[in-house]
Amino acid sequence: MAREITYRDALREALREEMYRDERVFLMGEDIGAYGGSYAVTRGFLQEFGPKRVRDTPIAELGIVGAGIGAAIGGLRPVVELMTINFSLLALDQIVNHAAKLHYMFNGQFTAPVVIRTAAGFGQLGATHSQTFEHWFAHVPGLRVVMPAVPKDAKGFLKSAIRGNDPVIFIEHSLIYRNRGEVPDDEDFLLPLEGAEVRREGTDVTIVSWSRGYYLALGAAEELAREGIECEVIDLRVLRPLDIDTVVRSVQKTNRLVVVEEGWRTLAMGAEIAAAVQEKAFDYLDAPIARVGSLEVPMPYARNLERLVVPNKDQVVEAVRQVLYQKQPVAVG
Amino acid sequence: MTSTVDGRSPGLALPKSELLEMYRRMVLIRRFEEAAAEQYALGKIAGFLHLYIGEEAVAVGAIHAMDERDHLVTHYRDHGYALALGLDPGRCMAELFGKSTGLVGGRGGSMHFADASKNFWGGYAIVSGHLPIAVGLGLASQYLDERRVAVAIFGDGATNAGPFHESMNLAALWKLPVLFLCENNLYGMGTAVEHASAVREMARKACAYDIPAERVDGQDVLAVYEATRAALEHCRSGKGPFFLEALTYRFRGHSMADPEMYRSKEEIEEYRRQRDPIVLFRNRLTQEGKAEAAEFDEIDREIDEVVAAAVRFADESPDPDPETVTDYVYAEPVRVS
Repeated sequence: MAREITYRDALREALREEMYRDERVFLMGEDIGAYGGSYAVTRGFLQEFGPKRVRDTPIAELGIVGAGIGAAIGGLRPVVELMTINFSLLALDQIVNHAAKLHYMFNGQFTAPVVIRTAAGFGQLGATHSQTFEHWFAHVPGLRVVMPAVPKDAKGFLKSAIRGNDPVIFIEHSLIYRNRGEVPDDEDFLLPLEGAEVRREGTDVTIVSWSRGYYLALGAAEELAREGIECEVIDLRVLRPLDIDTVVRSVQKTNRLVVVEEGWRTLAMGAEIAAAVQEKAFDYLDAPIARVGSLEVPMPYARNLERLVVPNKDQVVEAVRQVLYQKQPVAVG
Repeated sequence: MTSTVDGRSPGLALPKSELLEMYRRMVLIRRFEEAAAEQYALGKIAGFLHLYIGEEAVAVGAIHAMDERDHLVTHYRDHGYALALGLDPGRCMAELFGKSTGLVGGRGGSMHFADASKNFWGGYAIVSGHLPIAVGLGLASQYLDERRVAVAIFGDGATNAGPFHESMNLAALWKLPVLFLCENNLYGMGTAVEHASAVREMARKACAYDIPAERVDGQDVLAVYEATRAALEHCRSGKGPFFLEALTYRFRGHSMADPEMYRSKEEIEEYRRQRDPIVLFRNRLTQEGKAEAAEFDEIDREIDEVVAAAVRFADESPDPDPETVTDYVYAEPVRVS
């Protein structure tokens, strides 16, 4: 049995179910309790679970992530919420130097199974509140970095992240919390924290994206289908460990690849995917791999300027035409 | 400042065997570190090597006061804590040698000793970065109602960094059982306290967070022991964190690469002559009639053998198996490539 729910409710269900299942699971973060969470994911949780398990924290990202790591070592299952991914930079040292390293550096003696939930997104929020840094975390061995696009994945991944023994960077997106999708009814519905998924089959071009970018890819694919161009759309879902084989298999079929990402392209996921695909499937490629990303400027506030910076569906369509040689190559993004 | 040099010390009432064991562990740390310096010069140890010589009384006094269930996280000058905890000197030396038999299989080196079975959750090498981890350990203890104290040991340099202040605030806000034990050895690497901290007395920083604090003579092992015991009792009784500042001094350079341009030879000599924690403790025990010269000498001889054996063990141990280089990146299996 499955029900259709929102992405936000999928997250809420995952947290509630895991908190009922395991007393050691607790939440901490800025404004997750009395305020209800800046994206309302934890609304009502303080009333339901009490302040011991739903902890409002000071605005101190490094401190609360570090405390999450320590609590995890001490036997708890912390879910730390960082209000947005922009603020994760303040906690980067704890995430990169500690969470990611303890299991290896101390020879497997112990792990820090902390889940760090955070949200990417934009919407006239200006230069410091509109970023997306998933590839910064995906760079680091020892972290699992998931960025679900659909409610089913949001729930299954979050439950697995809480039950698993690795540190997980769990990245949501402020503009897809209201998206709806089917979610299984099973309270033990878990998804392994790896593996891309082909969400739309096609023969002409492969489009890879994740999180909100997946919806751009899907929108472009539907538009192009009206002209008879069949795009295969892959939702990457997990950025580390990276399931490049699913992408390679698709490229071996379509021979063309477009990567869609929301942030700057320089040294980002698209660059990694393009490098990996040419290593594994060079002879299958019929066109240079195209990358769609944002304009390489800090995000401006004004609506018209912001629109120029953030990638859109039309750019994805253009990129597909480019790899099909239906138009002259131009820099996109 | 708590000191026992001129006054009575309840610590002296400890059984003789315990007092001598404290002496023994201090000597063990001293000789171990000297041997490590030699082995570094011989090229058997590489990378960074930070010696604890001069500060032995802090590790031994504090750890002797801890319950074995208490948590410990420390900074990177961490050999002394491992030895004070009673970890095998051979495995400690093997870690410095980067051998498979090392405390963490040769993956950590000098700065990253750990032993989960002793609740020693590691030496951390990002200054002040381990303090939030201690807060989390304290949180776990409170959450699970375990009455374990999380002890965080750090240097004076750490108190100027953001993580220190975030950790102090969180620990005090949530009344967590965390003992902040600051080893003030007067220098953060090569920068003197007065050039790095607006406040010379680290303990005064605790008042910003309403955390009770105390300064203790860090060259006096019994003073450290007593102050730590009282501090732990405070934390264990649910009153929240405590801040203890141990005044100490590093007799050797910051690391093996330190030319020590920032402090005078005279200053170092004076500390070595007058403030050597091992000499002070031995004299004290002698004056108090707790032990005789022959007993100390016997311990010294035994430690020489223990350290020589540790070096031999490290030298003869195998390198880590190359096949294991990718082990432990993740705790859960990874299937995709």
